Amino acid sequence: MGLKPLLTKDFGREGLAHLQGYEVAGGYTGLKKALKEITPDDLIEMVKKSGLRGRGGAGFPTGNKWGFLPKGVYPRYLVCNADESEPGCFKDRYLIEESPHQVLEGILIAAYAIGCNLAFIYIRGEYLPQAEALEAAIEEARQAGYLGRNVLGSGFDVDVILHRGAGAYICGEETALLTSLEGYRGEPRLKPPFPAVKGLYAKPTVVNNVETLANLPHIVNHGPDWFAAMGTPTGKGTRLWCMSGHVNRPGNYELEMGTPIRELIFEHGGGIWKGRKLKAFQPGGASMMVLLPEHLDVGLDFDAIAKAGSMAGAGAMMVMDETTCIVDVARRLVKFFEHESCGKCTPCREGTYWMANLFDRIEFGEGKPGDPDLLLDMGYNIDGRSFCPLGDASTWFPRSVIKYFRDEFEQHISEKGCPFKKEREAVA
Amino acid sequence: MALQPATVERIKEYARRYPSAQSAIIPALWAVQHELGYVTAEALAEIAQHLNLPPSLIESTSSFYSMFLTRPEGRHDVVICVNAPCSLRGADEVVAYATRKLGIRDGQTSADGAITLRSTPECLGACGGAPMMQVDHRFEENLTFDRIDAIFERLRLEPAPHEVRTVPQAVPPVKGGKVRSGAEGARPRGKRTQT
Ligand SMILES: Cc1cc2nc3c(=O)[nH]c(=O)nc-3n(C[C@H](O)[C@H](O)[C@H](O)COP(=O)(O)O)c2cc1C
Ligand code: SF4
Ligand code: FES
Repeated sequence: MGLKPLLTKDFGREGLAHLQGYEVAGGYTGLKKALKEITPDDLIEMVKKSGLRGRGGAGFPTGNKWGFLPKGVYPRYLVCNADESEPGCFKDRYLIEESPHQVLEGILIAAYAIGCNLAFIYIRGEYLPQAEALEAAIEEARQAGYLGRNVLGSGFDVDVILHRGAGAYICGEETALLTSLEGYRGEPRLKPPFPAVKGLYAKPTVVNNVETLANLPHIVNHGPDWFAAMGTPTGKGTRLWCMSGHVNRPGNYELEMGTPIRELIFEHGGGIWKGRKLKAFQPGGASMMVLLPEHLDVGLDFDAIAKAGSMAGAGAMMVMDETTCIVDVARRLVKFFEHESCGKCTPCREGTYWMANLFDRIEFGEGKPGDPDLLLDMGYNIDGRSFCPLGDASTWFPRSVIKYFRDEFEQHISEKGCPFKKEREAVA
Repeated sequence: MALQPATVERIKEYARRYPSAQSAIIPALWAVQHELGYVTAEALAEIAQHLNLPPSLIESTSSFYSMFLTRPEGRHDVVICVNAPCSLRGADEVVAYATRKLGIRDGQTSADGAITLRSTPECLGACGGAPMMQVDHRFEENLTFDRIDAIFERLRLEPAPHEVRTVPQAVPPVKGGKVRSGAEGARPRGKRTQT
């Protein structure tokens, strides 16, 4: 347990962002090994055996996802999901900036495993220098013969297209991403059919997160057993945790799966800033449920966090000190969902708008008794009735804070305003 | 005003590159914004013509994505995230300071036309360096009021990123050190931007 730099081991090394530096650090040996020694089917088995689970949010086993592709149907596509827009997440950006070739090598290995000759990287529009870094890496790899026709004499052809999005969180959801990549408005599609069966241009498609793919060179190099020896029974390997908020040292930390949350916040993050006390934290990202100091000994792994009542999601860790107004935090997260709702379905489009209005009125002193219950009632009506997980997830954090901090909602309503404002000013 | 031949060539190249010309719509919109600084109605029609697609489709796509601008703005684009993680580290105070400094409201352009500033509920992927801003899509993190002053000073003197470039071009492989977008990192200025 603890810090375990695997993907981030060489970060900071001179020239790592460029081909030569990456090769000096052992780069592209995974791809060479895969092409020379391992058949695509064995590679899929290898990834299954490693226990690698997706790092994009849902934690789906990567090898199994690849195994769902229908036999004999071509062309097949691979899309690297670099849309990273989950509030509180900045790990994919870090992986791309520091080592774009590591991500690219992962893409090439995955493409070989699933028999894909054309892969895409869908990167959020705001990540411009990062897109440029990937574009440069693709060109360098092309010159070196790692992508293109007959890669390293193996007979395998593959090309990679970098595609920039243009400002829409929903395009991180895999079906919306594919719709967007086809040139339409980024609205989600109904599942099933799943992308593995009918994805991009109605062809079998695998969508994987940046961090998921960046693990592949290491699994190929060191073997699935080595990878599976790290972590917990159901969460293998490491994970990057993006720590933000009221800690002394915010930033990315790569930890072995299962490391206690306490260690992340108090050891690596240097504890709560300004000598204050921890009030609450939110793992996973904007949608996930709030957790309390009593959950500090929970391990950072999919199942342990789920058991504690939240989710590991996309690896965010937002830390809040005792002066935080939790109503205002929820207000901002709900505003985000309102802003990013694609508008396709009514529960989410209207529901997030209405929830955002309610939060505004509570925070700014116009809340009415009964508003917390109204929010809960709306939550139940949005969750499970939305077309895609964005709508459902917009209700999870608000409902969890009403459960744990209902008195703070009541206080806002009875005092006609935010009680923490005065408190914060007094502390500052 | 018709698009420059280089932009048109680029749009046609995108159409050849993707398995479907439709996938070239967003790249084409970027190429247009790169040339003009925003997307005009005439440009939408031109894209439709070059991609051989219905104009309504280009318009429908374009209007969905918040980064495509529909009117000219200041030479530089400053965006400040005010989502929860950033707000915990003073994002509201940064917005208040920056708007006061520029003498504008959130969403407006400074009188000298140098800077358009807006806050957004969208996380921009720099919460670990909050409070932050994106200046022409480059990150500025761990802001202090002094740093904001220095950034604005610099922007008043610099031309718009799209004016630095003459023709839109493919991104050449970068030579030298690694790419960084951190506060202290080397910031490639303007010329390779595809805004
Ligand atoms: C609203 C929404 C936003 C999402 N955003 C992202 C994202 O930015 N990046 C990402 O990798 N996955 C995102 N996902 C998850 C993807 O749909 C998909 O599960 C993931 O990319 C699969 O990759 P993985 O199996 O490697 O985790 C999002 C899901 C939802 C519902
Ligand atoms: S839940 Fe929201 S984001 Fe998802 S389809 Fe409905 S409106 Fe769009
Ligand atoms: S919340 Fe502001 S950059 Fe992530």
